[in-house]
Amino acid sequence: MPKQILSCIVNGETVEVLVQPYVTLLDALREDLDLTGPKEGCGTGDCGACTVHLDGEPIASCLMLAMQARGREVRTIEGLAGSGALHPLQDAFVRLGVPQCGFCIPGVLMAAAALLAENPRPTQEQIRYGIAGNLCRCTGYTKMLAAITEAAGALPARGA
Amino acid sequence: MRRFELTLPRSIDEAVRVLRDRGPDAKLLAGGTDLLPQMKNGLLKPACVVDLSGVAQVRTLEPAARGLRVGAAVPARALERDTVVRSTYTSLAESAALVGSVQVRNLATLGGNVCNAAPSADMAPPLLALEAVAVIIGPRGERRVPFADFFTGVRRTVLGADEILVEIVVPPPGPRSGGQYLRHTPRRELDIAVVGVASQLTLSNGACTKARIALAAVAPVPLRAHEAEQALEGKPVTAEAIEQAAELAVGVARPISDQRGSADYRRHLVRVLTRRTLRTALTRAGG
Repeated sequence: MPKQILSCIVNGETVEVLVQPYVTLLDALREDLDLTGPKEGCGTGDCGACTVHLDGEPIASCLMLAMQARGREVRTIEGLAGSGALHPLQDAFVRLGVPQCGFCIPGVLMAAAALLAENPRPTQEQIRYGIAGNLCRCTGYTKMLAAITEAAGALPARGA
Repeated sequence: MRRFELTLPRSIDEAVRVLRDRGPDAKLLAGGTDLLPQMKNGLLKPACVVDLSGVAQVRTLEPAARGLRVGAAVPARALERDTVVRSTYTSLAESAALVGSVQVRNLATLGGNVCNAAPSADMAPPLLALEAVAVIIGPRGERRVPFADFFTGVRRTVLGADEILVEIVVPPPGPRSGGQYLRHTPRRELDIAVVGVASQLTLSNGACTKARIALAAVAPVPLRAHEAEQALEGKPVTAEAIEQAAELAVGVARPISDQRGSADYRRHLVRVLTRRTLRTALTRAGG
């Protein structure tokens, strides 16, 4: 099968990479672009560990062919923070000691970041709904909720 | 995933040509949330995949006064968020919000949901209740099929191997009309409907002028409950009328027993969800 040229923007930079037509976006990110933050948990869109942003919206990158991202903007956990400083969500996750094994965390952070971008002051219910597509099997979600709530307080309000 | 050839058409005509040339070897890819898992586990082994993400025509959402036009590859998330869909085609917005997780809804499309034709497809009952029409393009041109006739069996539709569902057209329900979609699932998120019901009521001068009730996951295809609808039309929507309609809706259901629920439980759910959706539809219609 001939490879195809995927050109898109990944974490703010234009990339051109040759990919097989049958690889997922997740595999292209991990294998071809060395962005191993997004993880393959289930491979069927049920666990959320592969969550990245496509044009600002959270998606399951295991359910998308790499070539479907052509001309679009992809952001992974590696591109969540600005240079030199953690994203407020990452900062809160570190301070509250949210991660245990850490496998689900990049996906949870990307889902939470998309939620806060759309709704900077979510209710507890909205936070639960926002990360409903992310499974954590180490523990529960209590610390995640606390950290996302705290990070929401640290973000500038919309329009501010 | 098994190897396949990927074609990237820029227009529907181009996509139709690929389907005509490759026949059943080719599979259309919209959101991929149903197709890719089936390809990963070997259930589907297409030699050729036709990606529709470069076809602008199937990605446009046009809420207009004369009706709603949804490109087949518009994601569920867009329907869930659109203010016109939420206010006027409420049951469709509600069903879209129930598909998978946010990560899945940003990919999963309305066209994909109906073309995969799972008996439990959440977005199908609202399309039946709102009397939506499928716009299909093939080598012989365009044809339109009401969604009441679109589904032909479990994972089967009227679509030929060389045809593409391009657009879903939903007529405006008109003033004093309201609807709701409800489903029952053991888990609140990321689950498949044990039963789903969409109802739509239109009122005039204190009476119901039009009632539409559609059921999911109680037969191989989504069903309209015609007798229940007729029992409501032409008179005020009283508690007794709703109860009678719920009872008649149960009579339409031909459920199976499986790990999600027994046939008896599903019949019970039809009654409960029909009653609840009719009450909400009545309120939303201003009754």
